[in-house]
Amino acid sequence: MKRKSKEKTYHVIALVVIAIALIFYLIPVYWIIATSFKPYVDIFAMPPKFSFKPTFDNYVGLMTIRSVSTEGKVEIASASAYPRQLLNSIIIGFVSTALAVCLGTMSAYAFSRFPVKGKGDLMFFILSTRMLPPVAVVIPLFLMYRVLHLIDTHIGLILLYTTFNVSFATWMMKGFMDEIPKEYEEAALVDGYTRFKAFMKIVLPQSVTGIAATAVFCLITAWNEFTFALIMTTKNARTAPPSLASRMGSSGVEWGQIAAGTFIFLLPVVVFTFIMRKHLLRGVTFGAIKK
Amino acid sequence: MGVPLQYSFQEFFIVNSMTASRSHGMQDYKLKMMFIMPTIILLVVMNIFPLLWSLVLSFTKYSAITSEPAQYVGTSNYTQILSDSSTWSYFRTTAFFVVLAVSAQFIIGFGLALLLNRDFKGKSFVTPLMLIPMMLSPVVVGLFWRFILDTQWGLFNYLVSLAPKSLFAIADGINHIAYSINFPFIISTNITDGFQKATESARGIIWLTRPKSALFSLVIMDTWMWSPFMMLLSLAGLSAVPKYLYEAADIDRASSWFKFRHITLPLVAPLLYIALLFRTMDAFKLFDLVIIGTNGGPGSATETVSLNLYRRAFESWNTGESCALAYILLIVIIALSNIYIKYLNKARSG
Repeated sequence: MKRKSKEKTYHVIALVVIAIALIFYLIPVYWIIATSFKPYVDIFAMPPKFSFKPTFDNYVGLMTIRSVSTEGKVEIASASAYPRQLLNSIIIGFVSTALAVCLGTMSAYAFSRFPVKGKGDLMFFILSTRMLPPVAVVIPLFLMYRVLHLIDTHIGLILLYTTFNVSFATWMMKGFMDEIPKEYEEAALVDGYTRFKAFMKIVLPQSVTGIAATAVFCLITAWNEFTFALIMTTKNARTAPPSLASRMGSSGVEWGQIAAGTFIFLLPVVVFTFIMRKHLLRGVTFGAIKK
Repeated sequence: MGVPLQYSFQEFFIVNSMTASRSHGMQDYKLKMMFIMPTIILLVVMNIFPLLWSLVLSFTKYSAITSEPAQYVGTSNYTQILSDSSTWSYFRTTAFFVVLAVSAQFIIGFGLALLLNRDFKGKSFVTPLMLIPMMLSPVVVGLFWRFILDTQWGLFNYLVSLAPKSLFAIADGINHIAYSINFPFIISTNITDGFQKATESARGIIWLTRPKSALFSLVIMDTWMWSPFMMLLSLAGLSAVPKYLYEAADIDRASSWFKFRHITLPLVAPLLYIALLFRTMDAFKLFDLVIIGTNGGPGSATETVSLNLYRRAFESWNTGESCALAYILLIVIIALSNIYIKYLNKARSG
């Protein structure tokens, strides 16, 4: 009886600590969202304001360039660079993800089903390319891209992100492929399917979940990537992350707009995190640890 | 009649499957090459070739913005970097950051996992919410925290100051009641003044622009972002510990500490190693969070190796020299990742 009540106290304490931790993790996110809807004066209020009249001014400010007319009226002159940069992020993210997942699924299937000479070493090589610090790899890549005229192009960044993600996709997909029983394909082969047909008709449909999970992770990585985008793009192919960062340097006080830009940028990631919650563990350990 | 038929059927089957496997063998080989080669070629072209190029450049004096050709200088780039005391201070800063951040993440992450490893209402909702930080872009995290850690209007200092402020309010309230009922004892003004002073000084903590606290600000940012990662891996390890072990220990009336030390810890350890190594490697490469959070400042108080590498390569354009530094960094990372992959393979097979 005594033991039971003691356990109950522990349980309650644990829940309280969990609640505090949850607040610690979510307050910054909440604060950015709140700031993005605050009128200018409330952003810098001290003590901080928790209740305010929400406005969309920051979003309008972020998305447009305004001019003041002669009567002192603020008019929207044109769209700012941010919508375009978001579009760049979307294009580059989706195309590079599609490529990386395609290549990754293929090589994962080959590694999973066939004897490959030096398989361990090859898999190690594939993973080790992902472990390199981007700042170290980017110097010669920058020189190479300059020769090939790939700097500040969509193709350039897509190639980079595909390379970056393909090693992850291979490892992650190999984990999923290993779980699909070989017997189905073997039965299909006996029935006269070619290997390729068996792969397309039997293996791919069974690995849809794995492909989706891998794709979401690749997409988030490409979407969040900053270092390559900062160095390899200037204007044309610039994605949202370096643009958000540079916004702070040029107009340091526009925290409302930065918050608005950040919120738009992080919203899809949060949604995807929730959708992918069952695969997060696999995703962050390159498919090594399954639950 | 039944016997020969069976025999011929068997023979038919064996022959058929042999030819099938031979033709599949050729097919398989082609398919294997077709499936693996694109990935390998891409990685060689985009990673190995550039790395070889930069290895060559690391032995030259070369700047990417001048038209002068690279000039072979032997190992002088390496000796210059390694004999430069500021290089070592960047490595020290990085190491200091790695140790502080990774241990903070480990303690918080593992601690939270121990607490979360129980059944309660809304668990499947709360856990993914806590994992949001590690999925965000470091840019977003850096920007958030720069805003929140601001001395004048940041939320962080305000929340910190609430603790002494509420203590002051409580003490003040007690004193009021004591006065009104003529109670002979009141809380001394020394203490209440102390609370008030603590409130003031908490409001004025300078986080990002003072050399001593700037690195701690980065540790706070990184810990906020990555302790969920530690938590996720620890939780996976904890939930895999078989329940009957604890039940058996309960029958033997083992203490909770004994259970933790001799059941939980040894079984979770492999996953903890992986989590620690992964974070160590990643923290060692720290770049985006610094360039946004503090930009290496104030002075060079938070200049990490990666950030310095970026400056040498793309601000002062000492391409040859920066390639040499990149290789020094690469060797450290490769050493770390070797250990990491060894453990990863162990976890995979075991």
